[in-house]
Amino acid sequence: MHMGHDAYVWLAVGALVVVTVLTRSFFLLPDSEPKLPGWLWRGLRHAPVAALLAMVVPDVFLSNGRLLSDWHDARLFAVGAALAYYLVRRNDVAGTILVGTGTLMLLRLGFGWP
Amino acid sequence: MWGARNAWCAAIDDPVWRGAFAEGRRDIAGAALGTLAMGLVAGVAMAKSGVGLGVILAMSLLVFASASQLACLPLIAAGAPLWVIVATACVLNLRFVVFSVNWRRYFGRHRRLSRVLLSYLAGDPVYAQFVHRHPQPSSDGRATAQQQGYFLGLALTNWAAWHIASLAGIFLADAIPAAWGLRFIGVLALLALALPMLTDRAVRCSALAAGTVALATASLPMGLNVVAAIATAFVAGTWADRRWSPR
Repeated sequence: MHMGHDAYVWLAVGALVVVTVLTRSFFLLPDSEPKLPGWLWRGLRHAPVAALLAMVVPDVFLSNGRLLSDWHDARLFAVGAALAYYLVRRNDVAGTILVGTGTLMLLRLGFGWP
Repeated sequence: MWGARNAWCAAIDDPVWRGAFAEGRRDIAGAALGTLAMGLVAGVAMAKSGVGLGVILAMSLLVFASASQLACLPLIAAGAPLWVIVATACVLNLRFVVFSVNWRRYFGRHRRLSRVLLSYLAGDPVYAQFVHRHPQPSSDGRATAQQQGYFLGLALTNWAAWHIASLAGIFLADAIPAAWGLRFIGVLALLALALPMLTDRAVRCSALAAGTVALATASLPMGLNVVAAIATAFVAGTWADRRWSPR
């Protein structure tokens, strides 16, 4: 490696800051309305929830890169409890997180499940 | 500059703005629990990464993005090429590019500096909660006093939760047992925030396809499974919209 380790690490952090700012403000940066074709505009409404779920689903069903083989997993029950609560009490995001977290903690700390 | 400052003072004195700010602060409380958990996890991961404290503090205070921080730290610690780190961060931040399309409808006519600052503060929970509470942007591209107050109530609370937790994680790393599995609380929070977005049959269809693809392609490097999932949702959603809507 040509540059010092410190310089490399600081460059990497600087790059992360730039990427964060640019991606978050991507379509807000130009002053004039960006011209997107209609089909792109309409299709994009499906993207946000897909992006969030893409980060959730693998974390629920995979363990060390493999599909869960044992249903004795606190994560499955935490998600199940959270979903059930959400279906009963529509739109209570805070309650859904609390029920899921409570189930997770109970099974992990109380019963020693993975 | 002075004009902008006066506009700010006027906004903060406005009872409508204040009421909306308090409402936003309350509405983010549940999701902030997830942010706290993620911040703690990110802080602990940073403290244990073997990277110097100065860098860690700079990263914690400036980068403000849990997923890309957690994914890029091991890369930095291992001395991966810079372009790999940048590519990974871009991929994991792709969802914010999509969010910014929608933010433009709310904040498009504000000054550029305000737009950039607002979008920087707008993490996942802020986006989800704001769009849920205010599905309709105002027609002139400037947020109403109520929307501005609500946004900042959400965003500043979430921002504070992240930084408090992330600093706590860095300095208390050894006192937080791994057995708590705090990271998964962050996952639960993202799930709870995604659920209210499943508003119609076409979105539920595209979301199901995206989740399946994200799982099937989870072994791809650099978080590319998220890109695969977004592309899938786009295609499946376009198909579903044509099938189920009269247009």
